[in-house]
Amino acid sequence: MESILEMRGITKSFPGVKALDDVNLKVARGEIHALVGENGAGKSTLMKVLSGVYPHGSYEGEITFEGKPVAFSGIADSERVGIIIIHQELALVPLLSIAENIFLGNEIVRGGVIDWPETNARTEKLLRKVGLDERPSALVDTLGVGKQQLVEIAKALSKEVKLLILDEPTAALQENDSQKLLDLLLEFKAQGISSILISHKLNEVSRVADSITVLRDGRTVSTLDCHSEAISEERIIRDMVGRDMAHRYPERTPRIGETLLEVKDWNVWHPLHADRQVIRNASLKVAAGEIVGIAGLMGSGRTELAMSLFGRSYGRNISGTVRLRGQEIDVSTVGRAIDAGIAYVTEDRKALGLILEEDVLRNTTLANLARVSRSGVINDAEERQVAEGYRRRLGVRTPTVFQKVMNLSGGNQQKVVLAKWLFTEPEVLILDEPTRGIDVGAKFEIYNIMNELADEGKGVIMISSEMPELLGMCDRIYVMNEGAIQGELSRDEASQEKIMSMIVRSKENV
Amino acid sequence: MSELSARDKKAGEARGEGAALSIGGHFRGHLREYGMLLALVVIMVFFQIVTDGTLMRPVNLTNLILQNSYIVIMALGMLLVIVAGHIDLSVGSVVGFIGAVAAVMLVHYELPALFVIPACLVLGIAIGAAQGYWIAYWRIPSFIVTLAGMLVFRGLTLWVLQGQSVGPFPRSFQLLSTGFVPDLFGPDRPNITAILLGAATAAAIVFLAMRNRRRHVQYGIEDEPFAFFVAKNGLIAAAIVFLSYMLATYRGFPNVLITMAVLTAIYTFITNSTTLGRRIYALGGNEKAAKLSGIQTERLTFLTFANMGMLAALAGLIFAARLNTATPKAGVAFELDVIAAVFIGGASMSGGVGKIVGAVVGAFIMGVMNNGMSILGIGIDYQQVIKGLVLLAAVIFDVYNKNKSS
Repeated sequence: MESILEMRGITKSFPGVKALDDVNLKVARGEIHALVGENGAGKSTLMKVLSGVYPHGSYEGEITFEGKPVAFSGIADSERVGIIIIHQELALVPLLSIAENIFLGNEIVRGGVIDWPETNARTEKLLRKVGLDERPSALVDTLGVGKQQLVEIAKALSKEVKLLILDEPTAALQENDSQKLLDLLLEFKAQGISSILISHKLNEVSRVADSITVLRDGRTVSTLDCHSEAISEERIIRDMVGRDMAHRYPERTPRIGETLLEVKDWNVWHPLHADRQVIRNASLKVAAGEIVGIAGLMGSGRTELAMSLFGRSYGRNISGTVRLRGQEIDVSTVGRAIDAGIAYVTEDRKALGLILEEDVLRNTTLANLARVSRSGVINDAEERQVAEGYRRRLGVRTPTVFQKVMNLSGGNQQKVVLAKWLFTEPEVLILDEPTRGIDVGAKFEIYNIMNELADEGKGVIMISSEMPELLGMCDRIYVMNEGAIQGELSRDEASQEKIMSMIVRSKENV
Repeated sequence: MSELSARDKKAGEARGEGAALSIGGHFRGHLREYGMLLALVVIMVFFQIVTDGTLMRPVNLTNLILQNSYIVIMALGMLLVIVAGHIDLSVGSVVGFIGAVAAVMLVHYELPALFVIPACLVLGIAIGAAQGYWIAYWRIPSFIVTLAGMLVFRGLTLWVLQGQSVGPFPRSFQLLSTGFVPDLFGPDRPNITAILLGAATAAAIVFLAMRNRRRHVQYGIEDEPFAFFVAKNGLIAAAIVFLSYMLATYRGFPNVLITMAVLTAIYTFITNSTTLGRRIYALGGNEKAAKLSGIQTERLTFLTFANMGMLAALAGLIFAARLNTATPKAGVAFELDVIAAVFIGGASMSGGVGKIVGAVVGAFIMGVMNNGMSILGIGIDYQQVIKGLVLLAAVIFDVYNKNKSS
């Protein structure tokens, strides 16, 4: 079959990381091509290269579209030739109408004035095409996520689209909305529009895809043709996760004690959409000296679970009980959760973990200022000793503790966040993506710190999108999806395949 | 690498070689801190020359302090508000309103000043708390809440005064602003008490600076060259003694100067050394991170505004006492002078950054310019233009410095 798009030998580096390494992607005209891989495998980076977000020259390799080599220097360039990307986070303006959104930046004008009759007429045509029964003047704000997704697609169709890229289009959708959207893709295929579908939901992929490219660690692992042979989900999963696990994790002999933290029947609703339940009946346990992992994809509710436990920092209508050493504890505010002995190291250290403008010292003591002060007056000398102590213990590389944290590297910033929480002397530490965006050496140091904490008899909960990391570090792993804990695997039985299939299959059981 | 880390590195190298630090390098590193003080000195010298010495005459210096006291006092509170990431536009109207309420209580109801002053301060706290409540707990932008407050309290001022000026006030109330610290050593000039107070203050400042430096040296974190330290503190002490002497040759220290100095010391202490101050900086620096560190950000915001209300009330009392009458126009546009002073003093619009000393210096830069230009007979039209340009220049200087260092 003739191919509409060919990407050959795409290599894209960021400082310190090779995000894409010699990636090849070939999409045939009029097919649905699925792109699958774990978080961080390079799918989004590849699509950003394709759509010109990373302009020509910032990567190596070549792109051929409709037989001609292309070099995009921005999204406008790729849209001009008919490549339209729809991102996971919708790019609609909520308080503008459907018609205004569809023709935003591309308005139909006559003599500099917007031609509303024409705009509305065309919008209605587009909405019929995508099967959306709404008035063009309806505000996007009033539509559900599924319908908003359709507006995005209608917007794509308003331009001359030849290749449609959908980044996890069904992630936020209900089952029947997802089905509708997939049907729409099949319809487009019949009209000759090719599409690239990025998805974690393998059942959807096997339903609509004509071929599948699997990415792992920034490389193309395999390209599978769904018509010549039947592709099993196991096969795809194996390609997605199969990598060697060398000694990237420090050894540790767990000494697991009594149960420390016990969460029962935890339920949380979305803070804005009162009818959306984010966490469903989650129950979990952590013992002293144990490192427990929570696996799941982005949006599975891991962070929401942790934040709602930590002083109700997320969600509303929270119900359920939390016990520490068998005693029920009050975690209704952050202060109380800290006092009870829980610490939560946030996923986003810059936005939620650190005061970037302030120095290492001030960030270290922030969560437990009472310890270094007498009746509200800070004891400089004591505070400095504390900060120096943690700097040495955790090996924060900084000339002095008076260095602003914004000048530190990611790994050192993460150590400062850890120092802050260790200084609250917690019994249970929840670490949310503790190694995201930091280099391999710093990762290893963070792992060592985690092991030390466990050996001291603390309970550690580690949330991570990187499965090898969970398998390498954890004594036990909970698998989360769709806000519920789907299962639990001990260190011996856990494998990437098992975790992946728990995740991708849970959808079918709902 | 940032300016800060580069400096630290330099400091480390210098220590390693046992060599003295470069004074010029140190000055460049702290350009923002010393720059404003230097600007104040330059502006004072400039006006001293162009006004043929009128600026530094004892009478005028006394006036300068009286004229700026209420701006300085409000700048202390405004600094906290701005560091917390907010703004308060209502302070000018609160000045007018409190002045009006005090006037009515003193003149119409003939209540004693000793009752009126605390009552008005409590009223100020209540006003600040009322605005802070909506800002902190309802998350209504402070710009909007205090803009509303600005209109409301200006209207209430008119209503309380019935559109009239009310005055004069009893002597006991006027002392708040126009009183002077009596000389314990007889009525002759110069005022010995003032000179001694000035010398004691200078000695205290030098002593605290030395203690601080000793501690820093002990920890090996001192990066200020010794010569620079001596020169800086010597100049500051000399300036204080000199100004005290000048004031002493007139009527001594105004009461208001003592109020201002004590409040400045208290707020410097709060921002530098207490958990409360530390938390306000954290709140302004990153509210979410502060909240997730167990800081009660709402309550802190609320307290910041209540405090601002109290200081605005104090400024209102001082202003009314100084004019010896409450007028419906009192305090109009004060909020702009106060906010300008804080930003000239180096605070950041986005919160988390700013110093009390900076705000005070900023207030005096505005004050000296007002005073100097008035002596020169420059029209109010040009004065506004020049003040506006100075504010813009100070912030541009800030941003330029920041960009250069990052």
